[in-house]
Amino acid sequence: MNAVASQVRAEERPAPASAAPILRVDHLSMRFGGLVAVTDLSFTAARGDITALIGPNGAGKTTVFNCITGFYKPTEGRIALQSGDAQVWEDLEALTDRGTRTLQRGTGALFLLERMPDYLVTQKARVARTFQNIRLFPGMTVLENLLVAQHNVLMQASGFTVFGALGFPSYARAERAAVEKARYWLDRIGLIERADDPAAELPYGAQRRLEIARAMCTDPALLCLDEPAAGLNANESAELGNYLRAIRGEHTTSILLIEHDMSVVMGISDHIIVLDHGQKIADGTPEDIQSDAKVIAAYLGVEESEIPES
Amino acid sequence: MPSEASSRFGVARAFREAATSALLAFGLLLPLIGFNTVQNIHNELILETRWPLLAALVGIIAAGRLAYSLVITPWLDRRMSAPRRDRKFTGWVSHLTSWVTPLVLAFAIVYPALALWLAGSQGAVKWVDNFGVQILIYVMLGWGLNIVVGLAGLLDLGYVAFYAVGAYSYALLATTFGLSFWILLPIAGCLAAFWGILLGFPVLRLRGDYLAIVTLAFGEIIRLILINWVPVTNGYAGISGIPRPTLFGIPFNASDEGFAARFGLEFSPIYRILFLYYLILSLAFITAAMTVRLRRLPLGRAWEALREDEIACRSLGINTTNTKLTAFAMGAMFAGFAGSFFASRQGFISPESFTFMESAVIVAIVVLGGMGSLLGVAIAAVLMIGGTEIMRELDFLKMVFGSNFDPTQYRMLLFGFGMVLIMIWRPRGLIGTRHPSIQLHPGEPRTLFPRARNPALAAPLQAEPGA
Repeated sequence: MNAVASQVRAEERPAPASAAPILRVDHLSMRFGGLVAVTDLSFTAARGDITALIGPNGAGKTTVFNCITGFYKPTEGRIALQSGDAQVWEDLEALTDRGTRTLQRGTGALFLLERMPDYLVTQKARVARTFQNIRLFPGMTVLENLLVAQHNVLMQASGFTVFGALGFPSYARAERAAVEKARYWLDRIGLIERADDPAAELPYGAQRRLEIARAMCTDPALLCLDEPAAGLNANESAELGNYLRAIRGEHTTSILLIEHDMSVVMGISDHIIVLDHGQKIADGTPEDIQSDAKVIAAYLGVEESEIPES
Repeated sequence: MPSEASSRFGVARAFREAATSALLAFGLLLPLIGFNTVQNIHNELILETRWPLLAALVGIIAAGRLAYSLVITPWLDRRMSAPRRDRKFTGWVSHLTSWVTPLVLAFAIVYPALALWLAGSQGAVKWVDNFGVQILIYVMLGWGLNIVVGLAGLLDLGYVAFYAVGAYSYALLATTFGLSFWILLPIAGCLAAFWGILLGFPVLRLRGDYLAIVTLAFGEIIRLILINWVPVTNGYAGISGIPRPTLFGIPFNASDEGFAARFGLEFSPIYRILFLYYLILSLAFITAAMTVRLRRLPLGRAWEALREDEIACRSLGINTTNTKLTAFAMGAMFAGFAGSFFASRQGFISPESFTFMESAVIVAIVVLGGMGSLLGVAIAAVLMIGGTEIMRELDFLKMVFGSNFDPTQYRMLLFGFGMVLIMIWRPRGLIGTRHPSIQLHPGEPRTLFPRARNPALAAPLQAEPGA
């Protein structure tokens, strides 16, 4: 009931410029044998927003991420992502019934992520992700990490290796462009000096930033960050918040965020969804969530004085 | 003087440990070595004692233990506590690698001439064929497997299967249809690549130990098919009379059409050997050039990324299925080339040549050399294959150990010992550094850094994504 109420509130609040959702999750359930990780979860993430997914440990947040990014096939439910012309949302039911993965109408396209293998979710639907425990390519250099992220573009430019191996100038151009893009992101995360060092030698905070930059190099429409502030100190967390806000402001990337650090979540999120035991218990703006009795109960017991402050 | 006190304490402890080892060795060896039962002429079993031998062995063990505690352990400790200079070295090592490669290549090119000059036309056959060609075959196989194991991180223990596919493809097609070596070389490569993809499909989900077991089984399956499919492969008897490669149609034989007659030279088997040497040298060179080229292309970087973290690869939109299959196919193709060369060089092949031992030797070459390093793999091949051949030459040892002594029988013992030493002192292989495939600041001195330990050999289980 409360969830419905908070959803209504979420719809009432002043909408950003493009309030059309980029991602819509409907009745998502995920069971591992007898273990129910997520039950009947529905939410939307608006285009251009930073949407946060919070909840106590074991609430099923990472499972939701793995379903969205194609690492898990959900037991039930639909995960739809839209790009281009928002009109295409009207065809969602038609696409669902048709049984195919994607639907294109004019400039708009719809993708049913639960029907796509993980690499296509990134390649075609342009969803990028980071991991709770950083997953860089440790033995490769920082620059190489960012070039691997541009694999599909470069692969096409190299004529699936044939033209590249023959040394065609078109591939050399594409590689220069890829290096330039990597240079841009290295500049942004302040690692330009360390571009030729192996990723494993970077300090922890820099590895976190590099992983986000690497995900951004895939040109994502939706960036899914799994606890990006984990292990960062207060300073670094604040820096990360600014960094994410800047990404959202300068690139046409919407962000979906799992985070335990409430200072980050409350500071940068436009919209928060709270999970507990695999179910959605609240959905709304940061202000709504902070005063939501169910959230407080789930997190800290019932005393209001213990509400996580920003 | 705390250090002296601790060292005196260390000496006492070392002697105690040596005494314990001696006691242990005595207990173990007393029934094994100390007593010996022999039959006398009356067919009675009598007990003999061999005290001097027992004492000698116990003494050796005690002395070895003493040396280990007093010399080797302190030396290792000093090494461990010394500041790690080798973590990132820009100085002489990068200098070294920049001129070692051309030097090695130049040596490989002039090696036959050197052999001819030093050993004469007769003696050079052995040095060029047994050493040069034999080593280069393994260098090529090592470089081919390096793509699969060193770059893509897929531990393949059945690599010899593709070598066999290449060899039998050439042998069967050449003896049945009479096609020439130069037509069959690419065909054999393609067939081997096809089998590489065929093996790749069922093992896509496997990594580490599990992948190794399945590829090992695949190698055995191919060998058993070669043994049992008698109508086609002639079973254990093998295929003989395989045509030799020709120089654009000119055969290397004593006939009037032969190479020597055409060029007005006196016939000698050395011409064919030299031709084979430069043929396998260029095939190996092609393998190396392809590897170097591919490493700088998105495909090669995807292979290395796959070795580092498969889940991260998938999260970046890389089709890991295709990436793995191309690695298997590319590695298998070079084994196919080497196989068809092998068949044409030998003139006779049988399943005996494609046992698991061969796969193990090739994997050992790649691991010893340093996975991913072309130079390291080449050095390891020279050491392992050249070492085997050298042992055949060590006739003087017979004078020391008696005429029944055959040094080649100790080959595996020595290699095992060498492997253990390498794994202790250079766990990343002889050349354990990796060159970045691209640099943002190319003007700066080339930085080398230790390659990360290969997850193919370290992590059998794949972690849950994001968990």
